[in-house]
Amino acid sequence: MKTLEYITLPWDVLGLGALWLILMAFFVALPCSQMGSFLILRRMALTGDAISHSVFPGVVIAFFITGDLASPWLIVGAGLAGLASTVIIELIHKWTRVKQDAATGISFTALFALGVVLMELLLGKNVDLDLECVLHGRLGLLLEEDRVLLFGSLVPMPVLVMAGVAVFTMLLLGLFFRVMMLSSFDADLAASYGYRPAVIHYGMMFVVSFIVVAAFQAVGAILVIALLILPGAAAYLCTYRLKVMLAIAALHALISAVGGLYLHVWFNSNMAASVVVCGGVLFLLAWLLGPVDGVVWKWFKDEPPALEESSDKVGNR
Amino acid sequence: MFEDVSFLASMIDLLIPGSGSGKAIMAAVLLGASCGLLGCFVVLRRVALMGDAVSHAVLPGVVAGLIYSAERSPGVIFLFAAAAGLLGACLVRLMMFSTRLKSDAALGIVLATFFAFGIMWQSRNQQDTVGVMNFLFGNIGSIDASDLRMMLVTTLILVVTMFFLRRPLLMMSFDEGFSRGLGYPVKILNGVFYFLLTFSVVVALQAVGVVLVSAMLITPAAAAYLLTDRFERMLILSVVFGVASGISGGLVSAEVNGLPTGPVIALSATLLFGIIYLLAPRHGVLSKVARTLRRGMRVRRENTLKAIYQIHEGEGFAHEEVSVLMLARKRGQTEEKVNKDCKALLSRGFIEMAEDGVSLHLSRLGWKRAMEIVRNHRLWELYLTNEADYAEDHVHEDAEKIEHILEPGIVRQLEQHLDFPELDPHGKPIPQPAHLVTQSSVVPS
Repeated sequence: MKTLEYITLPWDVLGLGALWLILMAFFVALPCSQMGSFLILRRMALTGDAISHSVFPGVVIAFFITGDLASPWLIVGAGLAGLASTVIIELIHKWTRVKQDAATGISFTALFALGVVLMELLLGKNVDLDLECVLHGRLGLLLEEDRVLLFGSLVPMPVLVMAGVAVFTMLLLGLFFRVMMLSSFDADLAASYGYRPAVIHYGMMFVVSFIVVAAFQAVGAILVIALLILPGAAAYLCTYRLKVMLAIAALHALISAVGGLYLHVWFNSNMAASVVVCGGVLFLLAWLLGPVDGVVWKWFKDEPPALEESSDKVGNR
Repeated sequence: MFEDVSFLASMIDLLIPGSGSGKAIMAAVLLGASCGLLGCFVVLRRVALMGDAVSHAVLPGVVAGLIYSAERSPGVIFLFAAAAGLLGACLVRLMMFSTRLKSDAALGIVLATFFAFGIMWQSRNQQDTVGVMNFLFGNIGSIDASDLRMMLVTTLILVVTMFFLRRPLLMMSFDEGFSRGLGYPVKILNGVFYFLLTFSVVVALQAVGVVLVSAMLITPAAAAYLLTDRFERMLILSVVFGVASGISGGLVSAEVNGLPTGPVIALSATLLFGIIYLLAPRHGVLSKVARTLRRGMRVRRENTLKAIYQIHEGEGFAHEEVSVLMLARKRGQTEEKVNKDCKALLSRGFIEMAEDGVSLHLSRLGWKRAMEIVRNHRLWELYLTNEADYAEDHVHEDAEKIEHILEPGIVRQLEQHLDFPELDPHGKPIPQPAHLVTQSSVVPS
């Protein structure tokens, strides 16, 4: 009976709130997982990192102009700043011999530092954009947010917003799936079909910025990177087919959302971090037991692991 | 032996300034130097974001240190943090070796998962871990004598190790397989490298925070990379840039009230990088743009010369003059543009204009260059059809590009290889500029 209590615990403690928490976590993780899969394929996993750090100055400037923390302009400012970081990355690594990883590092640290300095200069000490929130996100506070009556039940507002973002992302994915797939695997071929590489690149970066900004408020700046990378990476180790990979990534998002809730309730820990830790455990499973790249199978087959495949070889693009 | 150590310690203490701002600036200088040195390797090895991953991965270590060390001694926290960072770095390497995942994904996974684990752990023990935020965002003003001593020692160790290992480490940065072939203990060297990296990142953390450690590592080194092709110079420049941005950042933030030091240091490093990005003599953007423009203009001039030659050829070299109008028609461009091209050719002595300004003829220099270009083009076409089995109608585009960059030596080789041909694959004669002086019958004088 003890085990059963563990399983029903969240529902006993939170009631319907548990469902909202799971849905919220899932709606945040789902769009991240889909776009993140493409980022992995395009070797741009850390662009998510860069974007999530770079939104800071955008938020500060938008807040300075509007003076309202709840203003939608904050999201616009954040999205523009995120896009700016990808433009700076391209400017550095297209025009000089500095490689993409170093360009990423230069770009996001500069924008982040700019954000901190602007915050001190423009806003002073009287307002602090909650650093705690930047790190931890507000997912745990979900049940205290405003609610909207929908189909006879009170739905927390953020859940609806994120559901909108998730649906929007899935729609975009459905519309542009072939283009994104083609350009991720063979950018030159895509260009020869008339799809402009720059348009695809910045289009995707815009969508990623948008998702990061939307997810950022829920899970914080750093954990959003995990939601972008972990599902795609875990799925990448399980299959060679893109559609299967996207499906597995979505499944990963769902399981992390549910598992995260349980960790959150069992250990009384931060919800967003719990979701990510659960995702990390799932990734570890994929690393060990993944059908394609599982270390255990390779070990049994007595095959040497794919040495050096990662580092310096010519890229697949 | 103990006397030696205590003597050394007192020497180090002598170096530590008394005032708070003096300490901050010295910390900035030490950080600039150590991160500048390491940064060169990090940038060259294309693991620039390793510092970012390690700096985030130390969080569980910091939390563990805060919880388990009774009196929150900095030494214990430092050790726990370094252990977590090293574990993270090892996992990144392991993941890159054992799966198809690339370094970016491996770094991201370790970074985010470790950080999340740290946050989850910290959120369970909030009373014990009040200091976590300070550690994460860093405060160079809070650095005291003992921190400074630790920085001094790690920087010294780093500099000495780098000095003795610079050749093998450099070799490894460019080609790991090759240095393994040379018999270097690559695994041990890698271990040493990541060990040093982790230690300096952890030391730098309390001064500049999790995010800006990357700026200290990457930005000065990338700036140095744009200025020189020699590794020793890159090391020195990178250290100079790191120290300079440390000092200027420290001074500016002391001058302007309330500005945090870490971000100002990062911004001054970025400013430095921005200037070098634009103005660097060979790898800078402005010089690259200028080079591209100059090349574009030269190609344009040469194409105009070629067009003049082809007009003459089409007429069987019957006329001496070519009119601007004919040239414009041949080039498919407006008269204005062609007039501009003609002016450029005139100023370089390739052509001479008639009095009326509507017709022109090639000078001796112009004939020579035009024939060279046409010969390069036709030789290349012949080479592609004969030797590379290209179809006749596919060779023009390629030749159109290469005609401008073929060097005399290569042209000679091509001629020899093709046994001094006279006709190109389309049946047109290949001009011989070398005969220009003797065969005056071909060229109207």
